[in-house]
Amino acid sequence: MRRLTPYLLALPGWMWLAIFLVVPMVAMASVSLQTGNAYDGYAMTFSFSNYGDALGRYSTQLLRSLVYGALATAAMLLIGYPVAYWIAFKGGDRKSMYLFLLLLPFFVSFVLRTISWNFLLADNGILFGTLKDWGLLPDDFHVLATTLAVVGGLTYNFLPFMILPIYVALERVDPRVVEAAQDLYATRVGAFRRVVLPLSLPGVFAGVLMTFVPATADPINAQILGGTGNTMIGNNIQTEYLVNLDYPTASALSFTLMAVLLVGIFAYARALGTENVLEAAAR
Amino acid sequence: MTGLSAIELEDVVKEYLSHGEVVQAVKGVTLDIAEGEFFSLLGPSGCGKTTTMRMVAGFEAPTKGLVKLHGHDVTDVPPNKRDVNMVFQSYALFPHMSVWDNVAFGLKQRRTPQEEIRRRVGEMLEIVDLAGREKRRPREMSGGQQQRVALARALVNRPRALLLDEPLGALDLKLRQAMQIELKRIQREVGITFVYVTHDQNEALTMSDRIAVMNDGLVEQLARPRDIYERPATAFVAGFIGTSNLLAGTATGGEMKVRGGRVLVPGHDGEVSVTVRPEKIAIGQDEPGPELSGVRGTVAEVVYLGTYTSYSVSLADGADITVFRQNAHDSLAAAERGDPVWLSWQAQHSYVIGS
Repeated sequence: MRRLTPYLLALPGWMWLAIFLVVPMVAMASVSLQTGNAYDGYAMTFSFSNYGDALGRYSTQLLRSLVYGALATAAMLLIGYPVAYWIAFKGGDRKSMYLFLLLLPFFVSFVLRTISWNFLLADNGILFGTLKDWGLLPDDFHVLATTLAVVGGLTYNFLPFMILPIYVALERVDPRVVEAAQDLYATRVGAFRRVVLPLSLPGVFAGVLMTFVPATADPINAQILGGTGNTMIGNNIQTEYLVNLDYPTASALSFTLMAVLLVGIFAYARALGTENVLEAAAR
Repeated sequence: MTGLSAIELEDVVKEYLSHGEVVQAVKGVTLDIAEGEFFSLLGPSGCGKTTTMRMVAGFEAPTKGLVKLHGHDVTDVPPNKRDVNMVFQSYALFPHMSVWDNVAFGLKQRRTPQEEIRRRVGEMLEIVDLAGREKRRPREMSGGQQQRVALARALVNRPRALLLDEPLGALDLKLRQAMQIELKRIQREVGITFVYVTHDQNEALTMSDRIAVMNDGLVEQLARPRDIYERPATAFVAGFIGTSNLLAGTATGGEMKVRGGRVLVPGHDGEVSVTVRPEKIAIGQDEPGPELSGVRGTVAEVVYLGTYTSYSVSLADGADITVFRQNAHDSLAAAERGDPVWLSWQAQHSYVIGS
C-alpha cells in the first residue's frame, strides 16, 4: 500500500491530463481528417489533403507568425536577461518585491492590457496625438497596424515568462564561483562570459521555450495592435473555427503549427547542446 | 621573521553596514607574512579572519589601512590583477567544466600557450593525485577529490601566495588529517607562501610556521605554535587553544595564595591571572616541596583516554583543574574519584597572562 501511495497521489493529475489534454487532442486529430460542411456536418474520410490545403492557404501567415515570434523572443531576451541579472545579483533584500512587481500586470486581463496599448499607441491618441500637435511628429506617423506594434505587444505581454526562468537560473549561481573566476585572472566581463552565462543557459532555454511558443501562436496582439497585413496564424485558426465553422481546416492548422513548433524546439535544443542543457537543468 | 615580506597589512580596518548600523568586522590588523611562510589566521567564527583574507585576495576593500603584496601597495587593485590565488571554503569549482578545464582556467585567462597549459595542468593533476580523472565533472567527485581540484586550480598558476579559507572544513576527520600532511608536503614542494584561515586549533598548530590568533576583529597574539600554546598572551588565547587551567588571585613576593595551596609566580606582585597546561601538572598524595606550586583538591572525574588519563580536580574554592597524566608506565590510575589529592607543577609552567 505504502509503495502505491505516490502513484495514488499523482492519480488526479494524470486523470486531468488524460481527460483535458489527451482526449481533446485525439478528437481534434480526428476532426482534422474529416470533410463536409457546417450545415450537413463533418464525417471522417481520412482526408490528409486537409493539411496540404490549409498550409497552402495560410503559409504566409504561418511564416509571419514564426518571424514575429522569433523577433519578440529575441527582444524579450535582450530586455529580460539584464533585468533577471539585476534582480538576482543586485536585488538584495528586495528581490521578492521586484518579482512581485514583475507579476503585477497579470492581475489585469491579458486582453485589457493589450487594448490599453492600443489606446496608448493610437494614431491621434494620448501619446502620438500630443506629439503631433506639438509638431514633433509628422501627421501621418503611426505605430498601430505595423509589425513593430504587434512584435512590441508580444514582447510586452510575455516578458515575465522570459525573466522568471532566467532569474531562477541566475539565483542558483554561487557568488563565490564568480569570485573564483575573478581570482583566476578573469575580468568582470570574462567571468560573466565563461561562468555566469553558461550556468544560466538552462534558464535561457526555458525562457525561450515559454515565450516563443505562446507568442508565435498568439492571436490577441495581432488582432488588437496589428492591421490586415499583420495577421498571424492564431487569427486564422480562430476565424476558421469561430467564423467559418470550418473545423477540419482549423484543426489541421493547429496541428501543423504544433508540429512546426516542436521541430523548432528540438532543433534549438540540439543547437544549444541538449545533453548539456538538460544535465544542467537537472542539477 | 627573516626573509622578504610576501604580504603586509598595515592597520587594516573593515566596516560594513548591517541593518543601518556600522559594524567593524576588522578593527585594525597589522601583519607581516614572510615569503615561503605557512601562516595561519586562527579564531572562532565571526572573529574577522575570513574578512582579513578576503581583503588580501581583493574581494573586499579595506575601509582604512593598506594591503601590500611583495612590497607593492595593492589596496585598490582588483582580484584578477593580484598575484595571489584562493582556495575557497566550499571549493567554488566551476560546475559546468571538467576537472581539466577547471584547473586550466587561470592559465587560459592569462593567455598561456596551449602547449604549456597542457604540460602544467598535467603536472599539477599528477601532484594532487588526480591524473586520469581530467574529464570528470566536479559533482561526480568526492569531497576530498574536489578539494584537491580546488588546490590544483589555484596552485597551477604558481601564485606568489596561496590563500586557503577553511579548505578542510567539509572533510571528515581522517581525510582532514591526511590532507593536512598533504598540504604541508605540497607547500614545501612548491615553496610558496600559504595563508591559512581556520577555526581548528589543531590544524593551525600542526601546520603553521606562525599563527595569528584573532578575536573580535583584532589579533590577540601572533607567534609560533609552540609559543601560542605554552605562553598564551591573553586569557582568550589560553582558553581557545587547547585545554588550560586559569587561576586568579593576589600575589605577594612572587607567591599567589589560593584556597588550599599556593601558586609560584616569580617576579609578580598584585592581581594576577595564571594559566597552567593540564599536562604540566603532577597529581599525587603527598604535599609538594616549597620549590613547586601546590594545591589541594578532590578528584571529581577520571576519564581514561588511551594514551593519557584526564583528571578533573575540584579545588576548595570551587574551581576545576584539568590534569592529563600519560599512561606511560602502568594503566593504574593515580587516583580514584573522590580521593583527596595534591596537584603540583614547576614555577616555569605557571604562565602569567598580561593583566
